[in-house]
Amino acid sequence: MRWLRTLAPPIVVGVLVVVVWELTVKLGRIAPFIVPAPSAIWRELVEQRANVWQAALASGLNALIGLIGGAAVGVLAAMAASRLRLLSEVSVPFAAVLNALPIIALAPILNNMFETTSSVPRRIVTGIIVFFPIFVNTLRGLHEVDPTHRELMQSYAAGGWTFARKVRLPGALPFVFTGLRQASSLAVIAAVVAEYFGGLQNGLGSRITSAASFTAYPRAWAFVVGACLLGLVFYLSTLLLERLAMPWKSRLIT
Amino acid sequence: MKAARTLGAVALGVLAFVVLWEGYKLVGNPDGTVILGVRILPRADDLSMPHLYDMAGRLTRPELAGGRPIWIVVLQAAAFTLGITAVGFAIGALVGLLLAVAMQRFRIVERGLLPYVILSQTVPLVALAPLVAGWSGNLRFGPYPWQDWMTVSVIAAYLAFFPVAVGMLRGLQSPPAAGVELMTSYAAGWWRTLLKLRLPASLPYLFPALRLAGAAAVVGAVVGEISTGTRGGIGRLIIEYSREATSDPAKVYTAMLGAAILGLVVAGLVGLLELPLMRHRRRVEVATL
Amino acid sequence: MTAVVVSGVTKVFNAGRADEVTALSDVDLTVGDGEFVSLIGPSGCGKSTLLRHIGDLLPPTRGSITVAGQPAARARLKQEYGIAFQQSGLFEWRTVQRNVELPLELRGMSRVDRQARAREMLELVGLSEFAGHYPAQLSGGMQQRVAIARALAVSPPLLLMDEPFGALDEMTRERLQSELLQICAKTRTSTVFVTHSISEAVFLSDRVVVMSPRPGRITTTVDVDLLSRDDSVRQSEKYFAAVTEVRQALRGGTQGRTATP
Repeated sequence: MRWLRTLAPPIVVGVLVVVVWELTVKLGRIAPFIVPAPSAIWRELVEQRANVWQAALASGLNALIGLIGGAAVGVLAAMAASRLRLLSEVSVPFAAVLNALPIIALAPILNNMFETTSSVPRRIVTGIIVFFPIFVNTLRGLHEVDPTHRELMQSYAAGGWTFARKVRLPGALPFVFTGLRQASSLAVIAAVVAEYFGGLQNGLGSRITSAASFTAYPRAWAFVVGACLLGLVFYLSTLLLERLAMPWKSRLIT
Repeated sequence: MKAARTLGAVALGVLAFVVLWEGYKLVGNPDGTVILGVRILPRADDLSMPHLYDMAGRLTRPELAGGRPIWIVVLQAAAFTLGITAVGFAIGALVGLLLAVAMQRFRIVERGLLPYVILSQTVPLVALAPLVAGWSGNLRFGPYPWQDWMTVSVIAAYLAFFPVAVGMLRGLQSPPAAGVELMTSYAAGWWRTLLKLRLPASLPYLFPALRLAGAAAVVGAVVGEISTGTRGGIGRLIIEYSREATSDPAKVYTAMLGAAILGLVVAGLVGLLELPLMRHRRRVEVATL
Repeated sequence: MTAVVVSGVTKVFNAGRADEVTALSDVDLTVGDGEFVSLIGPSGCGKSTLLRHIGDLLPPTRGSITVAGQPAARARLKQEYGIAFQQSGLFEWRTVQRNVELPLELRGMSRVDRQARAREMLELVGLSEFAGHYPAQLSGGMQQRVAIARALAVSPPLLLMDEPFGALDEMTRERLQSELLQICAKTRTSTVFVTHSISEAVFLSDRVVVMSPRPGRITTTVDVDLLSRDDSVRQSEKYFAAVTEVRQALRGGTQGRTATP
């Protein structure tokens, strides 16, 4: 009953927005290049669903590979950095600075470094973008150790590696997932947008630009909807993974 | 002190990058490394990976034969994009702030809109950029014709909006119940509680969000420029130069440098904003997702 | 055999610097087998510091500590004591039973053995039905009981407790005090208990050691000789007399200092 209360307002808002949107476009005779009617988008989505599916698979694969690669490197780097004080002191400000740069702009260079039919550049760009939230959050999680836990393990004469295994790593898990939530969404965004910069054109990004260049705007919007659904799938999968990995957490987002 | 440490860290990082780049060129296969038919490592030859000193030298030479030196061109383009980013950032941050205040004031607004705000960060809405590009030349903004750069500003504003809305809302909600009860006991209405309690309490949440918004606005501006083909900005330059990569490999790297400088300048400006308002205060990073 | 012998222990923090502080000054203390000793005193008197010395969590500047006939360091390595803090320090990612199994895991006990032992300890503290719960689902008092079960899991001859009931409300505290006494009587553990509650110290201990700060030292020891330690004793004459004696000893320490010209 209570989750009905939580779900009702956003659902009502969503329905209202779609209705108002449809009416404004139809009655105001707004041309599709400004914004198409939701009904037109839906029609195109249904008609093009095979293409949307194919393109989503391609982009999804890029996002997934970039996500896994970037996350793996990020966690390992954080574990290394937490061991060597000097490294963590240097890497955190460096990562903060790098995060301010538009990494997606690296896409054209990577396209040059690999051949134009390769999927690797998009995956590398995605991996780099994914690296930062995972690295920063995992490092914070490894550093924050409850002092009571520390004293307890000291009283057990537990060695460094035992301490890491039984206290620091499980304790860092919530932080890793905070980073993973952000990273999974960024991965989809990066995989789709990287195609705007050239290179292999088999994903959702290329479909959007080509549909736009043919002024088939409802179709382009349909592909955008496909990309949004892809992003949602990634995000919800991460939430599910979080639930499975941390059964003791009652609330996922504080 | 922290600035010095950051500078040192960056210098170290740049040094490491230089070593890695030139080192790879030294030992890497000029044709790249192919594993199972997939090229895993890039080509190490000078066409695909110019030497770093070549890139540095390219900065001083002209863009086209007999034109201005490239570093001037790149900086001008970066400045152009900076202007667009600033407009987009300002609009996005303002709208985000207003929405956060509305969401704090009316629970129903929060419950209705916040899920969409959070979810919009999970989906690639910036993919709409090429579609919004169709607006220019066909709309009017009051007496002014809609121009390309306005579209780009809208895209930048759009990306900047979300972290500000979420971060500011958490900040406005951050005062403990005891603090709010105190203001009630003074018969202070909602507005005065906002001014005297919630706004000051929200600053530690607002500024990290503004930093995120700044970086997002830069990405939005660059992607927007590419989607709309806006002349004069750094996005266009990147695409143009990358097309000449086979004849002039070092050129595109100069455009990259411009984009990097743009990102740093924006981050620096947001940092400057913080200075007078955040002395002696801690920063709270909110997981906006 | 005496469980703990503290001999001439002095502890100086930040020696030679501007913020140098003598936390403990020439402290002697003996705890006999099966004895329950409380350390009480105002903040800064060194009671928690002394406890940590016994547990070899801090090294003394001068002096020696012997636990169960061995130097404190060796006793820690052999897990000859169990410790409980004011925060229960349970691992939120482990179930209640797995939390109690922690010291047993570190000792290398086999899974079957340690599961049995953990269940035994949970039954001792009356939390058997919560074995599969997570700490976040338990109240503060229940979490502390789990912490006590964990401390006793290795059947140590010595139990060290640093204000374990300090964060709990009065009713829960009194109930846990009675439970603790019953458990200690059953397991015959010697206990060193740090507290700042006079009534708690008197109710629980055979001996109350009063300390005072600057420098941290033992000023008096009050022997508490109560016939029985159930709830009714909290109303008895002997109990009130002992409480008064401890209170005066605490006051006496401070009064003595302010009286100097």
